[in-house]
Amino acid sequence: MGIIVGEDTRILVQGITGHQGSFNALQMLKFGSKVVAGTSPGKGGTEVGGIKVYNSVEEAMKEGPNATFISVAAPYVLDAAKEALYNDIDLIYILTEKVPFHDTMKIVNLARSMGKLVLGPNGPGATTPFSCKLGIMPNQIFRKGGIGVISRSGTLTYEIVNLITESGLGESTVVGLGGDPVTGMNFIDALEMFKDDEDTEAVVMVGEIGGTAEEEAAEYIKNKFNKPVVAYITGRSAPPGKRMGHAGAIITRGRGTAESKVKALEEAGVRVGSYPHEVPKLLKEVLG
Amino acid sequence: MNLYEYQAKDLFRKFAIPVPDGAYFEDSEHLSWNKFPVVVKAQVLTGGRGKAGGIKFANDQMELKEKAREVLGMTIKGLKVKGVLLEEKLNIKKELYVSVTLDRSKRKDLIMASASGGMEIEDVPDSEIEKYWVDPVIGYSGFIGRQIAMKMGLNQDQARQFQDIVQKIYALYESYDCELVEINPLTILTDGRIVAGDAKVVIDSDSLFRHRDIPDNPADRTKLEELAYLRGYSLVELDGNIGVIANGAGLTMATLDGLTLKGLKPRNFLDLGGTDDVEKVVGAFEILKEARITALFINIFGGVTRCDTVAKGIVEAKKRVGFSTPIVVRLSGVNEDVGRQMLKENGIGAYSNMMEAIEELKKVVG
Repeated sequence: MGIIVGEDTRILVQGITGHQGSFNALQMLKFGSKVVAGTSPGKGGTEVGGIKVYNSVEEAMKEGPNATFISVAAPYVLDAAKEALYNDIDLIYILTEKVPFHDTMKIVNLARSMGKLVLGPNGPGATTPFSCKLGIMPNQIFRKGGIGVISRSGTLTYEIVNLITESGLGESTVVGLGGDPVTGMNFIDALEMFKDDEDTEAVVMVGEIGGTAEEEAAEYIKNKFNKPVVAYITGRSAPPGKRMGHAGAIITRGRGTAESKVKALEEAGVRVGSYPHEVPKLLKEVLG
Repeated sequence: MNLYEYQAKDLFRKFAIPVPDGAYFEDSEHLSWNKFPVVVKAQVLTGGRGKAGGIKFANDQMELKEKAREVLGMTIKGLKVKGVLLEEKLNIKKELYVSVTLDRSKRKDLIMASASGGMEIEDVPDSEIEKYWVDPVIGYSGFIGRQIAMKMGLNQDQARQFQDIVQKIYALYESYDCELVEINPLTILTDGRIVAGDAKVVIDSDSLFRHRDIPDNPADRTKLEELAYLRGYSLVELDGNIGVIANGAGLTMATLDGLTLKGLKPRNFLDLGGTDDVEKVVGAFEILKEARITALFINIFGGVTRCDTVAKGIVEAKKRVGFSTPIVVRLSGVNEDVGRQMLKENGIGAYSNMMEAIEELKKVVG
């Protein structure tokens, strides 16, 4: 089964004629995802790798999409997300980085009040091997298995998924939450889904400095989660007040340090690795 | 991006939030001011300037010139004072606190206020802070300020002024894409007026494209960071000696952690990002050439960024940039074999495993 994306996911790509849009639309197709349509205002009637391009989401709805991949430039993301919401799309994935967080706040709060799901911005999306990839994760790193992965990062997620796959284990669904201060989903949202997913035997959390999402997840794991969790937290060596690349990865006013996250997770019974390559080893230990 | 107090107060004026009479100067020779006593406030992007002697008082022109010259020559927490803000000295009866910021976990705007102003809000007990979470889609409404003012125990006249200020700072927060608007202290004067004593505004850097009137403050960045920023790289300067190039913010951070855990001290965070451009790699070398490093560690997990492209860039950079410090490379992912082979032919050690690469680096730097 897996979570968020699967056999039933029908993907629309908003901004399909752009560099990112077209490249990733084809990569998703290659992976086996159902990419049913794309939009690009003014380019309706054309095709990208066999995928039909429409002028608007409203026109593209005739192909029956229920998820969208948004890769328009940051100033236009709010508009693109609203267009998807007005057309009743259930899952909105935003690849774009540097989206003003006030725009993200509007998108996320609107979507929640409408019962829709937002993934990102500034994340690699979600992949359920091998039924659906919505996003930009490299196709070749997956193996089908029982490990659910939740991460705030991109490349580091690939590194860890690759290590899991190389160790002989495999993934149920890999979820990239996004590296911004505000994202559509957080660790708890994904944990709640993995809790009820039959395919998921254990979960890996890849966290980083900034915010308190990992601490809140630790509280949730302690009280409500039923499966073993392994974690890796980056930013142990980051100085306070400096953004480490991700807008969300910053230690401010003594909050959001790696130490506090590791401590909270360990107190909740989570095994926390010091290096990425320790993750598969810890997984094998907790799975017995 | 942090604004200086004088910039923040200019924005306050624009939104009709009451501020003291004031003027900003960058040199002490051309001060124009005639309201005494006056406060001379250092303009610097760090807290604790008062304790550092960055706030002084003067009673006449001569004293003002002297104090301004003193403050303008100061360096506070490593940052040079940019200018001085001269302000009328306020007759303060009581200090309050008010702010609007983002609550990341709740994904709502958070208004905080307290009758105990003047000190760091972190040091105020939670029971003395009033909080209200605003849904950004619904927006602010008058009852919020009214409710907070009542809980704070303000009298009717104070409450009226306070509500007006809360409404205006929320409007500023929203229309200028702020991460934070904070007034601490918000002062009740002996004549009954409420005025912003200090002003802290942090604007989301990603929103600057729609706020052309806000100048980008390079003072947020060190010289090396500025150089990288202008060339489109995400670089953070650290105080070690090992230069680092990696791809993706998470992996770059993990690289710094890995080095640190093994007793090595990174000089920088440099995220190459998703690139398939040889020149982008060469550019990173050019920047780190300015960074006084004793060795360079490159950690790439190839996806969008292909390993052969990075290898080509490294070979090219070694030739063109004249890089003489030892280089250790970890290449894994798309086209890793081609990339490692290319490096080997050019006498550069390359590994597929990050830990092996770090061990090799340890040997190299001794």
